[in-house]
This record gives sequence, C-alpha cells and structure tokens, in this order.
Amino acid sequence: MEENEKLITRSDLLKTIGQSVILIGVGAGGYAAWSNVTSKIAKKTTKRTATGYPASPWYAMAIDIEKCIGCGSCVQACSVENDVPEGHFRTWIERYVIKEDGSVDISSPDGGIHGFPEVSDENVTRAFFVPKLCNHCDDSPCTQVCPVGATFETSDGVVMVDYDWCVGCRYCIQACPYGSRFWNEKKRTADKCTLCYHRIKKGQVPACVEVCPTGARIFGDISDKESPVAKFVRENATNVMKPHLKTGAKVQYKGLSKEVV
Amino acid sequence: MFPLQLLAQSSNYVFPNEKELQWSVLIVLYPYLTGLVAGAFILASLVRVFDAKKVAPTYRLALLTALAFLICAPIPLVTHLGHPERAIEIMMTPHLSSAMAIFGFVYLWYLMAVLLLEIWFDFRADLVKKTEVTRGIVKSFYTALTLGFKDVSKKALQFDDKAGRFITIIGIPSAVLLHGYVGFIFGSLKSNPWWSSVLMPVIFLLSAIVSGISLVLLFYLITTKYRKQVLDIGCLDAVGRYLMFALIFDLTLEGLDIVHRLYEAGEWVEVLGLLSSGYLYYTIFGLQLFLGGLLPLGMLAYTQLSKASEAVRTKLYAISGFLVLLGVLAMRWNVVIGGQLFSKSLRGLSTYKLEMIGQEGILASLFLLILPIIILFVLVKIIPPWGTHGAEPEAGQGDPQPV
Repeated sequence: MEENEKLITRSDLLKTIGQSVILIGVGAGGYAAWSNVTSKIAKKTTKRTATGYPASPWYAMAIDIEKCIGCGSCVQACSVENDVPEGHFRTWIERYVIKEDGSVDISSPDGGIHGFPEVSDENVTRAFFVPKLCNHCDDSPCTQVCPVGATFETSDGVVMVDYDWCVGCRYCIQACPYGSRFWNEKKRTADKCTLCYHRIKKGQVPACVEVCPTGARIFGDISDKESPVAKFVRENATNVMKPHLKTGAKVQYKGLSKEVV
Repeated sequence: MFPLQLLAQSSNYVFPNEKELQWSVLIVLYPYLTGLVAGAFILASLVRVFDAKKVAPTYRLALLTALAFLICAPIPLVTHLGHPERAIEIMMTPHLSSAMAIFGFVYLWYLMAVLLLEIWFDFRADLVKKTEVTRGIVKSFYTALTLGFKDVSKKALQFDDKAGRFITIIGIPSAVLLHGYVGFIFGSLKSNPWWSSVLMPVIFLLSAIVSGISLVLLFYLITTKYRKQVLDIGCLDAVGRYLMFALIFDLTLEGLDIVHRLYEAGEWVEVLGLLSSGYLYYTIFGLQLFLGGLLPLGMLAYTQLSKASEAVRTKLYAISGFLVLLGVLAMRWNVVIGGQLFSKSLRGLSTYKLEMIGQEGILASLFLLILPIIILFVLVKIIPPWGTHGAEPEAGQGDPQPV
C-alpha cells in the first residue's frame, strides 16, 4: 500500500463530522425542545382538581390483597363481560406461596379463572393472592410508543385502545412493564382492560369489582373525597406495581409484599 | 432445558399474557436489512466524502446494494402488522412521541432525498449514454430515468458530482439516523431490561456498519469473479481494513454492554444470566461474539499484519465477510427474540420455536433475504455499476478513480 496516499484527510473528516453533528443536533434538539414546550403548555393548561387530580372524575382502583381469596370470580366475570379470547386475560390472579426455605412459588393457572389447586407442601410460611390488571398509568409507556395514537388516555384517566385505529404493530405490548396487554387474534389488534368503560360511564362498577365476594377490589372516582377508593387510599398504606418505573400507575395495592412481581 | 434452579428464590413464572412471543423472526430481519442499507451507504460515503480512492471500485455497487436492501426493509415490518392495510396511518396520523412513528419519515427521507437522488446524480451520465445506444421502448425507459436532463457537458457533470457530494454529506447523518433510530426503538423501552440501554442505538449502528461493509465486500468479490475481471487487491485491502476497525469498535461496545450489565447486576441479572447461559448461549457466545466477531477480527488482523499472499488475503476477506454477516444476523436475533424470551415478571422464561413454513417461518425469511439480491441483480442489469463514469477524464474532478 502506498504510504503517501491518505484514505481520509483530516480536514475532510472534521468537516463531515462537524456537519453531521450539527445536522443531528439541530434535528434532535429541535424535536426535544418542541416536545418539551408542548408538554409544558399542556401541563400548565391542565387544571388540577381540589384533590390534586387532572380531572374529575378520575377513575382508579385499589386492591386489598389480604381480602383476596383467589376464587377467580373476577377473572370469569371479566372474561364474559368483555368477550376476552381464551388463554388471554384483562385481569388475572397470582398466588404467592412462600416456603420455609425462603423460596417463592408463584403461579396463575389459566389466570386463576378456575381458582387454585390446594397447596400440598406443608413447609409454607405464608401465602396470598394478588389480583392484577392494567394499571391505567398516567404516564403510560404503551400510550407513549403507539405509532398512530390508537392507544390513548381518556379525559377521566382510563387507558384505552381504539380497535378501529390500531395497526397491530404490538409495540405497546412490548412497552407494558406489567404484562397487562395481549394480542387479540380475532381483532388483530392489541387488547387490554378498559376498567369496563362501557359500565362505569353508566354509573356502574367494573365487572370484576361487582362480583368480588370479599370486596378486595375497590373502584371509584379518586378525585371525589367521599368515594370508596379515595377513602381507602387515604386510610391505608398503599403502593403500586414497579414504582421505580414511574409509570403513574393508578391501581394501588394494600399489603403489597416484596415477593410480588 | 434451562437450569431453572438458577432462579433460586422463585419458581418459573411467566405472566399469563406472555405465553407467546409478539415479534417473530420477521422483526429480526427488519433491523438486519436496515442495517445492511446503512452500512453499505457508509462504505460508499467513504469514497465520496472522505476521498478514500482505494475503495472506489465498490462505490457504485455499494449504492445499488443500499437501494436494493432499502426497498425490502419495510416488507417484514408491514407484513407483521395485524392490519397492514392501516400501515399508511403511521405516516398520515403519526403519534410523535412514538419512536416507531418516525420510521416512515426517516425511511422516506432516506429513500427519496438521499439514496435515489444520489444514485440519479451518479448514474445520470450513464443513463444518457444508454439512451444513445438503445432503441424503442428501452430507449424510452432510459429517457424517463434521465428525467429529461440529457446535458453531459463538463459543466453539467461537475454539477452532478458536486450535488452527489453534497447529498452524501447529508446522507451520512441520515444513515446514522436511520439505523440509530432502529436501535432506539428497542433501547428506549424501560419495560425490558434486555433492550433498555443507551448503548443500543450505537451498537446497532456499528453492527450495521460492519454488516454493510461485509455485504458489499462479498458482492464485489462475487461480481468481479463472475464478470471474469481482475480483483483490485488494493481495494480489498482497504475495505478489509475499514471492516477491521469497525469490528473493533463494534466488539468493544458489545463487550462494554455485557461487562456493564454484569457489574451493575440489577434486579434482572438472574433471569438475563439464565437466558444467555441457556437458550441464547450458542447464538450469543458462539455465533455473535466468536464466529461473527473475534474469529473474523483475528483473520482481518492477520491480513493486515502478515505478509500473506493476495490469494490468501482474498479468501480471508471473503470468509470474514461471510462470518460477520452471520454474526450480525445472530446479534439481531439475540436482541429481538432474546428480549422476549423472559417474562416481565423477571421470574421466568418462555420459548420460541421457529416454523419452517408460513408467513413467519424460515422459508419466508429466506425469501426476504434473497429478494433484495434479486432486486440488486435487476438494478445492476439496468444501470451497471462497473462504472466507466468515474474513470472518464471528462467526469467531475472529485469523482472516484479506480486504482
């Protein structure tokens, strides 16, 4: 190879790198600034209610883990009410069995729709059930990533999918940290819990709340101080799933143990 | 079976909605094809912008390769949609906070404003020449391709060259954006610890560059042999050298990613450890890192450091190119499929079985890998890239000269 032939001259390299950086910088900076400005305007113009919520009503659910008996009524009711395809779940129940050696046995056979088999092992120190559903996050990762805006948050705080608009790219299913979304083969779109929006807008409660025999699920307008859910959250220490992810989850749990995933 | 006891404190638990994988092998091919486009273009830009004359013989072939693969890049993506008929909504009603929504724009920008335009400026003189030596419908076809600009005076050719150079300068950040963005689609998801990494776009880009260079290297070797021409060993050496440097950067970053994850050891460390020592063991350590990374790197280093004969060097370049292409495909597999093999409960693994037939099977994937080669074959027939354009004295000053 000839020594005197430079493959790249330094000035060319610098020039191109400079131009590239400027171009990318201007593009990225412009976009970031624009999003920042629009989101700030949106936040400023969003009035908060006296109780600190973006709107009233602002729907939320609370779950009292100690009250759940894992009967599966909620999963069945949801399945019937919302025509949920077999093998998929808008809500499901997990059972945690903690053994003497510290190991944890987590299970959710068929989403807990038929309840749970008896625990045969005697070396159990503690066991409990955790009902799960979409957390209807206020900063939901699924809404953020939807390329066409088919997933959206309603003005009363419910995250929904517009089945007539969804292109079926499944990015939202990947983005949900809770496994709450699933692929609906019949609709060929993403699908998930709607908090039974068709019911709550008529003043009813979601099907799962309605059928729960122990009152483990508490639903309502959390912006209303007198609502059962606002009261429950006020009077109990609650937490959300994966709080470190800052998704703004609206489903709050009382008695959330560290073993829960 | 996986050594599930590694998840010592827990049973294998997968969320009930996660029993099946959402993104199949088609979505493995999508970043692979896009990466080949970006890599091939960046190799071409070395000639155009950085005046790397030695790799000039690959220049026009690299551009056509980029085009052929770019045409095919969205096919796996659109095919995989639940409602392909609504795909256009990604561009008509884009949701701007979505990384995926930007794909349509980046893609179109790259196709229309960069690649097609650059190829047109670069091949315009050839097209004009074709209109002079053809007749009838073929002549009309080439005339249409010239868009009516038939001026091949020295001044016009100089303008073509300047325009081409300008477009390449725009094209480099565009190519970076095209593939960096693909990495961002995965890297920006906080729900998935296998994907969520700020290094993801950079690793995607570097692996794109090594794969693109390898592809053009192989195409150059094959087409030169096929046309019974003499291989330009100086060109091969230079391409090999670029490949080696890109591979060093690529492997360094991939290594950094692994070391960082192991050292940080977050809540996901057990399940990801289980994954990479189980289902993905051979594709990560065997294919991606050893066969597709260290081995070709060793071979390329040997060609640079030893006094191996031209024949040996040529063979080593060919083998390295092939291995790198394989390794990058494995890397895409490890990212896309690997990222879906563990539950977001971080307490369990699922499996993925690749079917032979069907829309998302092996045969369909092979077809999608062969299709761009067929398109390239057609493109090469229409506008042969074995350019006399660059070698002609009347061509623009900055034009690549075969050495």
